[in-house]
Amino acid sequence: MSAQIFPRNANAIAIISIVGLLLLIGGIVAALVGVYLSPWYTEVGNAKAQPVPFSHKHHVDQLKIDCRYCHATVEQVAHAGFPSTDTCMSCHSQIWTNSPLLKPVRDSYQSGEPVVWNRIYDLPDFVYFNHSVHVAKGIGCASCHAGTNEQNLTAKAQALWMGWCLGCHRNPEEFVRPREEVFNMNFDTSSLTLDQRVSLVEEYQIPTDGRLTNCYICHR
Amino acid sequence: MSQRPRLHLLRLAWLPLCLLLTACHVDMYDQPRYTANQPSELFADGRAMRPPPANTVAMGSFDDQSAMFTGRLNGELAVELPMELTAELLERGQTRYNAFCAPCHGQTGEGNGVAAYRGGLTVPTLHNDRLRTVAIGYYFDVITNGINRMYSYANRIPAEDRWAVAAYVRALQLSQHANADDLNPEERQQLP
Ligand code: HEC
Ligand code: HEC
Ligand code: HEC
Ligand code: HEC
Ligand code: HEC
Ligand code: HEC
Repeated sequence: MSAQIFPRNANAIAIISIVGLLLLIGGIVAALVGVYLSPWYTEVGNAKAQPVPFSHKHHVDQLKIDCRYCHATVEQVAHAGFPSTDTCMSCHSQIWTNSPLLKPVRDSYQSGEPVVWNRIYDLPDFVYFNHSVHVAKGIGCASCHAGTNEQNLTAKAQALWMGWCLGCHRNPEEFVRPREEVFNMNFDTSSLTLDQRVSLVEEYQIPTDGRLTNCYICHR
Repeated sequence: MSQRPRLHLLRLAWLPLCLLLTACHVDMYDQPRYTANQPSELFADGRAMRPPPANTVAMGSFDDQSAMFTGRLNGELAVELPMELTAELLERGQTRYNAFCAPCHGQTGEGNGVAAYRGGLTVPTLHNDRLRTVAIGYYFDVITNGINRMYSYANRIPAEDRWAVAAYVRALQLSQHANADDLNPEERQQLP
């Protein structure tokens, strides 16, 4: 009789360690996914400190200033852009002229060095995005920057996943609105019936043949 | 025979290693090139988007003989629109006016926009006899070059749109200076 090589509970140990290993791997994957989806990684809802505590709530919701007054290029080119110092000074050279909060703006006007805002929405450099086409085809600012008008400090409303872009490129009729309402942050697209939105998609000639989900649309 | 499928599976054992490749490369996220609005250490004023050198104009956007771009004909303020007056032009002018002028001049041009009543800025009304009769090129000129305390809007409103705003200001002036006799009897009934 040769001695036993494996202890009696070898089978149990083998099963437990296999299950344990699988659980560990599963746990690590779940943790990674969790981190990936968490605001810590996506920055959704994180209000970033800015050189001037500029408030959209103040200027847009209360003063009713149109987005284009400050983001004037949004209808013509890819970038909405940040307002120049001159834009702030068109009002603040006359009003709230002594506010300490506005000192960086006044300094910038004197020196010619721009105020450097911290970016909130920032796509990877390998993605091509264009504001003007979305605005021209009746996609409102609120579809992508929801709630910006209610924020005292701007925070991200939406993680810029590829799947999120594709979701709308597959079903634009879920999000489209009349062109006149693009800058209206309080317009509710569900106040239109699906039929009305489908006919808007037709009127604006938004392609629904799947062209919009081709890789080269965004990776060019 | 019975060994084969298992060997096939074993050959795929390296696949999980691919997991290691993901999420480890963010090098393509921020590529070594400038994008719009990015800061730069290369230029003295710290911006990557270079302002054009002084006195440069975009191609096709300047002709010092054309009323379209200067608001003047032979040195005099233009008295007519350099384009046809259409309903679309007025609509375009309305959106531009409401976005760029209404914060100060108010939706009707009375000078009571938010910057006036919340900020205490004194803004003149656009409805007086001088402004009603002045050449339309005056409005183009004010938007392009600014006037006293009012800044220039030339870098935010393209020339065509400035004319659209000028036309809309004229429409506002007509609407605020309308004669009750121009109304039909039904509408006159509704007057207070
Ligand atoms: C009075 C000027 C002004 C107006 C009007 C304005 N904005 Fe802004 N906006 C700014 C400034 C300044 C910043 C940069 C500071 C910040 O992020 O808050 C900014 C930043 C943003 C950002 C974040 C950009 C980024 O990625 O960092 C979004 C989105 C935005 N604005 C959307 C809007 C929308 C939508 C409207 C109209 C409903 C609007 N803004 C109206 C001045 C303005
Ligand atoms: C159309 C006019 C207008 C423009 C353009 C404008 N603001 Fe203002 N801003 C105001 C008014 C009016 C107030 C005061 C509102 C109130 O308290 O009633 C104000 C208040 C502020 C305050 C708060 C000041 C304090 O001491 O409480 C800050 C900060 C500010 N603005 C920053 C900016 C910046 C930065 C820009 C340029 C991106 C800008 N504003 C462009 C009209 C404007
Ligand atoms: C389809 C979604 C979408 C719509 C609609 C949209 N944006 Fe954006 N916006 C983005 C994305 C994505 C970015 C980031 C762009 C980048 O990193 O290049 C961005 C960036 C910005 C920025 C930062 C500066 C810049 O140009 O990159 C501002 C300001 C802004 N948007 C304002 C607006 C305004 C105002 C509107 C409405 C007229 C609007 N956006 C409509 C998706 C959208
Ligand atoms: C809420 C809806 C919506 C979202 C979200 C959205 N898009 Fe779009 N996008 C559209 C529509 C509608 C068009 C217009 C298509 C047309 O008519 O050609 C469009 C067009 C485009 C085009 C131009 C297509 C062409 O014809 O060349 C690009 C590029 C683009 N989107 C990129 C993006 C990216 C990148 C994102 C995510 C960051 C995004 N979009 C998110 C609705 C959306
Ligand atoms: C509507 C726009 C859009 C289209 C169409 C699109 N993508 Fe993307 N893609 C994006 C955006 C936005 C990101 C960045 C996501 C992020 O920041 O995590 C991205 C990221 C990626 C990445 C990098 C993922 C990473 O995090 O490293 C790959 C690979 C990719 N896309 C492949 C494709 C392929 C293949 C197709 C065609 C089947 C495609 N994309 C079509 C918008 C698009
Ligand atoms: C930031 C506030 C502000 C905005 C925005 C603004 N204006 Fe003015 N505007 C003024 C002030 C203040 C004056 C008085 C200037 C002075 O004489 O000191 C003025 C004067 C004028 C005058 C001259 C009135 C006269 O008596 O001769 C005209 C015309 C005019 N604005 C038209 C416009 C148009 C058109 C726009 C939109 C493109 C506009 N303004 C936007 C503040 C503003």
